[in-house]
Amino acid sequence: MTEHDDLPMIDPALLRGLTQRRLSRRDLFRTAGIGAGALSLGAILASCGVSNGGGGGGGGSASAAAAIDWNAAPSKTLNFANWPLYLDKKKDPATGQVVHPSLQQFTKDTGIQVQYDEVIQANAGFFGKIQPNLAAGEYVGWDIIVITNGDTLNKLFSLNYLVELPTDKRPNFDKYAGDAVKSPAYDDGNKFTMAWQSGLTGIGWDPVQVKALRPSNPTITSMNDLYDPAFKGKVGMFADNADMPNLAMLGLGIVPEDSTPDDWQKTADKLTQQRDDGIVRQYYEQNYIQALGNGDLAVAMAWSGDIFQTNVTGDPNGLQFAVPTEGAIIWTDNMCIPIGVEHPVDAITMMDYVYKPEIQAIIEDYNNYICPVPAAQAIIKNQLKDPEVANSPLVFPTPDIVARLHSYRVLTDEELVQWNALFQPIYLS
Amino acid sequence: MAATSAAGVGGSLASQASPYDPAPPPRRKGNPRKKAVPYALSATGVIWLLLFFVLPSFFMLAVSLSTGTLGTLQFAWKWSNYSTMLTTYDTQYIRSIIYALIVTIITLTVAYPVAYWISFYGGKRKNVYLLLLLLPFFVSFVLRTVQFQFIFSDNGPVLGTLKRLHLLGSSAHILSTPYAVIAGIAYNFLPFTALPLYVALERIEPRLLEAGRDLYANRWSTFWRVVWPLSIPGVFAAFLLTFVPAVGDYVNATILGGPHTTMIGQIIQSQFLTLFQYPQGAALSFILMAVLLIGATLYSRALGTDAVMDAAGR
Repeated sequence: MTEHDDLPMIDPALLRGLTQRRLSRRDLFRTAGIGAGALSLGAILASCGVSNGGGGGGGGSASAAAAIDWNAAPSKTLNFANWPLYLDKKKDPATGQVVHPSLQQFTKDTGIQVQYDEVIQANAGFFGKIQPNLAAGEYVGWDIIVITNGDTLNKLFSLNYLVELPTDKRPNFDKYAGDAVKSPAYDDGNKFTMAWQSGLTGIGWDPVQVKALRPSNPTITSMNDLYDPAFKGKVGMFADNADMPNLAMLGLGIVPEDSTPDDWQKTADKLTQQRDDGIVRQYYEQNYIQALGNGDLAVAMAWSGDIFQTNVTGDPNGLQFAVPTEGAIIWTDNMCIPIGVEHPVDAITMMDYVYKPEIQAIIEDYNNYICPVPAAQAIIKNQLKDPEVANSPLVFPTPDIVARLHSYRVLTDEELVQWNALFQPIYLS
Repeated sequence: MAATSAAGVGGSLASQASPYDPAPPPRRKGNPRKKAVPYALSATGVIWLLLFFVLPSFFMLAVSLSTGTLGTLQFAWKWSNYSTMLTTYDTQYIRSIIYALIVTIITLTVAYPVAYWISFYGGKRKNVYLLLLLLPFFVSFVLRTVQFQFIFSDNGPVLGTLKRLHLLGSSAHILSTPYAVIAGIAYNFLPFTALPLYVALERIEPRLLEAGRDLYANRWSTFWRVVWPLSIPGVFAAFLLTFVPAVGDYVNATILGGPHTTMIGQIIQSQFLTLFQYPQGAALSFILMAVLLIGATLYSRALGTDAVMDAAGR
């Protein structure tokens, strides 16, 4: 499956530089003492995130993480926050209630009761919600949260908001995790994160609309199709600063991981042109899938799992997903433990448990994103008897697809300001 | 943002003295306890404003003059946050004000006859009609907007039917245009306009209308010379209650809009929640608040303070 051949494309020097920056900034915060306790003006300002320049109170948040005893007995309770449509569910015929079979199995095996909440709709928005608690070093209400690699996760790293994971408490992860999710570029050695699922950002398209609008060439294969005047007013783009610019760069033959400010400018110009020519109908956050489904769009930037879920049987007239010839973006949603955690042992137990191939197979067969456990493929095919999922290149990508995958550009704080100023005005115009 | 600015407007208006105030009750000397009563009664409001408006505004002012992003904020008297934001997003400010003005005019035009009818012809069922007017309010704001999206989607019930009848070209669409955004806001804010209008119209003594007719005024001049002047405080309140939140609205433009329909609320929201650029977001909010406060003050001057006090007195 996802042999991450493309990762070495990132300059190792850059990677080292990033890790370095993260560590040094963490030290900086320790001395700055963000989470000061006393109720003075300075403290209130600090809790708003404003520091008065000087030092001030002792660091509160950093110390909370250090005291975890990973060898303690589990507390038998776990609060898990995740994105919608990410964990298998079915209706219990006896009670009529919706249950999660994989979680039931987990409770049976470990005795840990799980409160599972589908509360994460967007990385930044969710971070905004839990940030005040994190700044105060308090429990955010969940022991596991799931965050996509990118700006928000980097923010969690740099603000020291995540608990360092014990490396000796995850035997299943060590044994079964695929190479793509082991020691990823953004988290060397999986110190803070373990992948939940990965996914691709590429092009989703509606064969009926595409055929009607461009009969001469009724298939979508290339990023250029997003700029084709034939689809004027029927093209959807992402309203974000990660997927939209990075994927667009691939379309221009730029490797996003290595891109320079000149490349960003070129990409921004191209995207602005596309907007001003009236080709883009709208910039979408999550709801592009409805617009594709009801014919408002013919072609759109899309996430692989969304498209696969709407058309599991592979109906030729249903929605299709294209991995553009120029390449696609791969991202990973990561389980991590926020500071102030109340049930850390239960959390790491769960995070490791989902790496059991037979459990991962159940989850994967439901959510259809890219599976972090290669060994689950055979189980989905032979035991769950679901060859459509097991054979799908969107769940277990073929080497040909893997060769075309790239990651988001990792940005420093200074670069981020420049990047945002270039790309945000395109979709917020 | 809309909420804070609305609170700001209300606060500033309420604090203005008016010569038309009813005469204050005669003061009694020598009883401090009685003197304290008005202060005690207003304490809740004052504390409320201090805690939820003045204090947060003060902190946001500090943030708006800082550098850095969430977690690295540093107070620095950085006034350039204001100039940069004003020059970068002037289009969105102007657009938001224009959209909100159009919305307010539409809702006033639609709501006035409705409120008029309910007040003068509603009879015993006035409350039922009011409830019907408010019924959409019982559905979540976002859900109402998403339903709007469903109704006006390219192949939805309205456009789909018109297209099948060949009354519209296949590429015609309403969503992702300014029309959709303005229509969405107008639809969502209609009750805000209708209620103050209703309250003003309902207070009008029906015998005044009879008197007008007795004095040989026709229906039209009765309306213009009796009903309309008496309803102006309601129109004023309706205008403020619709216009101010409409300027800051970001839900409609996000769900129904497309390229070139972005409103300032969306920019502020994304500065805070997506980019974590708190100083820029705070500066944007303060600019908006200043524009709205100045606008509301000028507006109340133009219309006369008595009308304002009357409207604020509801």
